[in-house]
Amino acid sequence: MSGLRSFVARRLLLGVLQTIAVVLLVFALIEALPGDAAVALAGDQPDPARIAALREAMHLDRPAHERLTDWVTGLLHGELGTSLSSGRPVGQYICDGFGPTLLLATLTAALLVPAGFGLGVLAARHEGRLADRLISSVTLAVYAVPEFALGILLVTVFALQLRWLPPTAVGYGTDLLGHPAALVLPVLVLLARPVCSLSRLVRAGMIDALASPYVAQARRYGISGARIRYTHALPGALAPAAQQLARTVDWLLCGVIVVEALYVIPGLGTVLLDAVAERDVPVVQGLAVVFGLLTVVLNLGADLVTHRLAPRAGVIA
Amino acid sequence: MHDERFPGLHRRGFLATATGAASLGALVLTGCGSGPAEDTGREGDGKPTKGGRLRAAFAGGGAGETLDPHLANLFADAARAKALYDKLADFGADLSARPRLAETWEANKTLDRWQVTLRKATFHDGRPVTAADVLYSYRRIADPEQAFRARASLEPIDLDASRATGERGIEFVLKRPTAEFPNVLAAFGAYVVPQDSGESGGFDTKPIGSGPFRFVSFTPGRSAVFRRYDDYWEGAPHLDELEFVVANEESARVNALLGGQVEYAHELDPTTARAHEGKGQIAIVRLPGSAMQGFAMKTDRAPFDDKRVREAFFLIADRKELVDGALSGAGVIGNDLFGKGYEYYADGLPQRGQDLDRARALLKQAGAENLKVTLDTSAVAAGFVEAASIFRDQAKKAGVTIDVEMGSKDSYWADILDNGTLCCYRSGAMPVEAHISQRLLTDSTTNATKWKHKDFDALYQQAQSTRDKTERAAVYERMQRRLYTEGGFLVWGFADWILGTARRVKGVSAEAPANTLDWARFDKVWLA
Repeated sequence: MSGLRSFVARRLLLGVLQTIAVVLLVFALIEALPGDAAVALAGDQPDPARIAALREAMHLDRPAHERLTDWVTGLLHGELGTSLSSGRPVGQYICDGFGPTLLLATLTAALLVPAGFGLGVLAARHEGRLADRLISSVTLAVYAVPEFALGILLVTVFALQLRWLPPTAVGYGTDLLGHPAALVLPVLVLLARPVCSLSRLVRAGMIDALASPYVAQARRYGISGARIRYTHALPGALAPAAQQLARTVDWLLCGVIVVEALYVIPGLGTVLLDAVAERDVPVVQGLAVVFGLLTVVLNLGADLVTHRLAPRAGVIA
Repeated sequence: MHDERFPGLHRRGFLATATGAASLGALVLTGCGSGPAEDTGREGDGKPTKGGRLRAAFAGGGAGETLDPHLANLFADAARAKALYDKLADFGADLSARPRLAETWEANKTLDRWQVTLRKATFHDGRPVTAADVLYSYRRIADPEQAFRARASLEPIDLDASRATGERGIEFVLKRPTAEFPNVLAAFGAYVVPQDSGESGGFDTKPIGSGPFRFVSFTPGRSAVFRRYDDYWEGAPHLDELEFVVANEESARVNALLGGQVEYAHELDPTTARAHEGKGQIAIVRLPGSAMQGFAMKTDRAPFDDKRVREAFFLIADRKELVDGALSGAGVIGNDLFGKGYEYYADGLPQRGQDLDRARALLKQAGAENLKVTLDTSAVAAGFVEAASIFRDQAKKAGVTIDVEMGSKDSYWADILDNGTLCCYRSGAMPVEAHISQRLLTDSTTNATKWKHKDFDALYQQAQSTRDKTERAAVYERMQRRLYTEGGFLVWGFADWILGTARRVKGVSAEAPANTLDWARFDKVWLA
């Protein structure tokens, strides 16, 4: 296992370097955007004297490298800095936004795994027959619908016409768990496309695996069909799906802006969108650190799972 | 992340507000009996009933929001500040100053000293509102370290020389004669907070004001809950509780309203309004004259340094087409002057229409045939991009080639202030005088048309030193006549501000332009 351990160590180190690169890139990109936090705050009253005063109050009059150095120094002490626009700690921004995001991501992932794998296996079992065609064409069709359109459609039908569910989570704040009905539509929208892509990957993997020599060999030994499918073919089919799942969870955790805006769920996506519009560099950088680390850890986890499921695949080498 | 498909996803209502001196109020005004508050409800709303909780959805400012009224910047901030705090004066539907915490104001002969008497009012903790509180608040706003938005509005006041003349009396000493001083008292963000509340830092945890609602709870970017203040000087509000919730996406505000999750949705699109108007599910309220829409021509540079070119552009615009196309018909046409329907608006001038032949002739005279101009626009305000492309097509008919250039919406206003030659422009409601002082004087801070004329400045000073209201109105008329003839603002329309309310919400004013006293005034609203 020492090989595995050094692999993990190497990947983590690489991940940290990647995160640093992302943060630097984000800093450079925001600096390159037209306007800064002072200009954004002044809005439609761009009185030059006021913008200058705001700039001074936000310490934006100091050179960019000094501001970046200060922020990095703070980070080494475990501080993410303070927001330019409100003066509140960036950590608080991220904590407040993380709750709703984590809740949505957890619920979606919890439903995504059984739904995506189940549909994929079902389609593979009935390859070429009615069930497969039905599943394949529906998943393809749903995959083609943009989230925003699907979201509006679901709200119109289930919230405004049938009145089964609340249209948004407005006013529920962080207490989303106390209003589970408000979570149904957003989770459905978040599920829609990942379920489709995941089930199609599982289906393809299963069909490949079921046609493979080792499955044929297992059949010759007289092992039951169910056992072949779930203990022999499925693990091999899961390897690519695990990677896809990691990417999906990463996407969910890094804030899903459209769904958050449509259903008024104040998660990390909203925090990011606001911070970029306000040119609030420390908040964007703090988010870049969190998103970067999440991506590294999730992908590493997926690689390890893949390694466990299909050692020959050699993804780890 | 698929947000790039929705450029309007995070549209927030920035307020264009008064930072100059004020509009014309009577020089001596008493609050008693002049309050328009009692009859602002829509006709047929019936007798107010007490109680209930109203939830109002606004586009907000995210996790950085604050309840510090002096930091107010967005419509949501202004609505919350208005519920918790009071100003000395506020604007009526015609943008003239009305007394609020100030009971009376009276100027000396030279209009540079004003005696203001406060009415009897109390803060939510029971302390009386005093002259010391007012002076503290104004000095806080004027602190150069803080860069508060209202600082520029209070500029005419010499705060070092101004003083309390009693518990409820203040003598304001001004740096120069200011006939419109009451407008300063009504300026956006000039709220009265209790002494020393800035230092104690409790604006977001236990804010104390003298407004109609008292604080219950606040979560930035999500919700603010307020409760009725029974001892409010103007009478307790009808509602028991008021909750502001934040929903940045217009469709989310509409859906929440239709689904019964909120009773009031601020800032709706004209298409939404048309879809639901008269259908009985929700009530649509249009606040006329809320946003001037136009194009700003830089009068100090080619080609617009030639007034014939400016006049040609006035004549190119088909205003009806612009209102129908860019505002989906939710508004009225403009006449190249700011403030239609406001006090001192020069409404006697003939309505300008499209005249392409005359425009062509003027361009020819100016030697500007085959003119090419870049028009700056951005998704910063509703209808900007549409207006730009409509005007491009109209200009083509007069032989003018317009290149439309899209800019960043986060820095648009700063970008167009000094750069370019022609840009899309809009402004929220403010007195005509404030529009002039902020944008059309040599030392104006946001002079987007670069209109700098010493004789025009002199006329403004003359108006500010004229005690008689009729005479002052005549001076403003002269100034506006000049702007109409050769100014830099091509004002093609005035947009309605659109709200949606649940059917049982009554007492919502339908006359008050956004950002005036009766706009978002929840103490006069009740649930039937």
